[in-house]
Amino acid sequence: MAEQGVNRTRRRFLTATASTVGGAGCVVGAIPFLLSMQPSTKAQAAGAPVEADIGKLEMGQLLIFEWRGKPVWVVRRDPKSLAALSTLDDTLADPGSERDQQPAYARNEYRSINPEIMVLVGICTHLGCSPKYRPDLAAADLGADWQGGFFCPCHGSKFDLAGRVYAGVPAPSNLIVPPHKYLSDSRILIGVDEETA
Amino acid sequence: MGTRTSNLANWIDARFPMTKMWEEHLSKYYAPRNFNFWYFFGSLALLVLVLQIITGIFLTMHYKPDGERAFASVEYIMRDVPWGWLMRYMHSTGSSMFFIVVYLHMFRALMYGSYKRPRELIWLFGMVIYVCLMAEAFMGYLLPWGQMSYWGAQVIINLFDTVPIIGPDLSLWIRGDYVVADATLNRFFALHVAAVPLVLLGLVVMHILALHEVGSNNPDGIEIKKHKGADGIPVDGIPFHPYYTVKDLVGVGVFLIIFMAIVFYAPELGGLFLEHDNFVPANPLVTPEHIKPVWYFTPYYAILRAIPPIPLVDQFSGVFVMGAAIVVLFFLPWIDRNEVRSVRYRSTAFKLNLAMFAITFVVLAYLGMSPAEPVLVLLAQLFTALYFLFFIFLYIISKNETTKPVPDRVT
Repeated sequence: MAEQGVNRTRRRFLTATASTVGGAGCVVGAIPFLLSMQPSTKAQAAGAPVEADIGKLEMGQLLIFEWRGKPVWVVRRDPKSLAALSTLDDTLADPGSERDQQPAYARNEYRSINPEIMVLVGICTHLGCSPKYRPDLAAADLGADWQGGFFCPCHGSKFDLAGRVYAGVPAPSNLIVPPHKYLSDSRILIGVDEETA
Repeated sequence: MGTRTSNLANWIDARFPMTKMWEEHLSKYYAPRNFNFWYFFGSLALLVLVLQIITGIFLTMHYKPDGERAFASVEYIMRDVPWGWLMRYMHSTGSSMFFIVVYLHMFRALMYGSYKRPRELIWLFGMVIYVCLMAEAFMGYLLPWGQMSYWGAQVIINLFDTVPIIGPDLSLWIRGDYVVADATLNRFFALHVAAVPLVLLGLVVMHILALHEVGSNNPDGIEIKKHKGADGIPVDGIPFHPYYTVKDLVGVGVFLIIFMAIVFYAPELGGLFLEHDNFVPANPLVTPEHIKPVWYFTPYYAILRAIPPIPLVDQFSGVFVMGAAIVVLFFLPWIDRNEVRSVRYRSTAFKLNLAMFAITFVVLAYLGMSPAEPVLVLLAQLFTALYFLFFIFLYIISKNETTKPVPDRVT
């Protein structure tokens, strides 16, 4: 019965076109659902810059500020640590900060605007843990030639006091220097710089 | 049976295949008569799934999927909700027990060749269940919003960040924010309590339907359908109900004694089932000293850490190898080329290889829990190599293996 007067070519064509259009409709219909999982306007707005008051930051001290939900470290480095930075070049993966892990104004010997003040996103470039501040020279667990820096307890990555990554550790690149600018000698705005402001 | 009951049964049967399904899957599903200890774990997995769903439903009645309130709401369940501690500890213990049972269930399949023709689809459905279960456990672990929840999720979601080209957008899309945040918690809750459980239930039905289509394997790895009596029933088969339902009930009893002993006396199991750092509320600014996933993920975590980053793709190398460690399991039915299923009749080489694989898995699990000290990383590299060598050896051994004669009937 079903075979009577059936035009097979036409039926195949209709099935194929209907499936294609229906399939395309499903794909297009899925897009709003998938896009709804992107950061909301509110989450994007929360990325506003934060002001950091570093007036009371002591020599060698580290302060943590929260920017976009991430820890941002501000460290005041003493002249001795700054002098030690250049001696580490041979043991680092990217001593010259070749990779884009910092704004152009921080691509220098100290990776900072003001040599003394280091501003870093405190998130390991390996898998996102927050490394520990280890300013203690020649720490027992980090080796006799440890010049102070950051150590990630999750997977053992090491960084110097300019956030430059040591060679041979899991983290592939230097810690990120966030965009920032000085409002005055003691106040930094984290999240914007001269170009974007 | 009274006529009134049978009348009701007839009335339903004319409208719904009740008796038909009962017979097909229980009273007239003929399973081999030689099932041993290892055959408890399939039905136990089903039991744990049901327990997780029930305890989970009751937990959602009090839990708040909100970055500000999640941690406190779990404390509230533990302290103020009547019997809330029982629901919570049963659910947390259940997740670990689920993996214990599933790992033993999978090892059974490895021993008796249950993944081989014609049961490849049962194995594949099972593998998809396993992957879903890992997703389910991972997302569930974020919900208490403790330090380990938070940083564990941070590390695992960052794995997607390493995928070349699309990585950063992909991880942003998964999180719904620039870091693990309220948006992440909220969507993980939705996926954990609705989406993944629905998929899991569907897959479990497919897993069982595929099994009942071809029939169960057994410790001898031979087909019972080869010898059928005059009535068309396999002579070595016994109806699942009442024979195996009763046997499994004994297993359920023993299992529940162990299960409830953990729930009552050692729900944290020394930090193995519930990690100590997770009793500290999530703090996005400070990472715990020693972060690690829960024990059932540690073999893969050890593999991840063992692989150093390589130029161009950075740490994606580790993610890729870790993914491969799971993907390779899917291909097991085609890697093992031998016709003989059961370990009982296979060569010494195969037995050693399988034993080595079991040891490797346990050692990797241990290494994944330990801090990443250089010596241990070196060991993890060695055992990662051994993990993959199992499959290579299996492929080679199984081609021309000297096997023992396989019996005609089950022993």
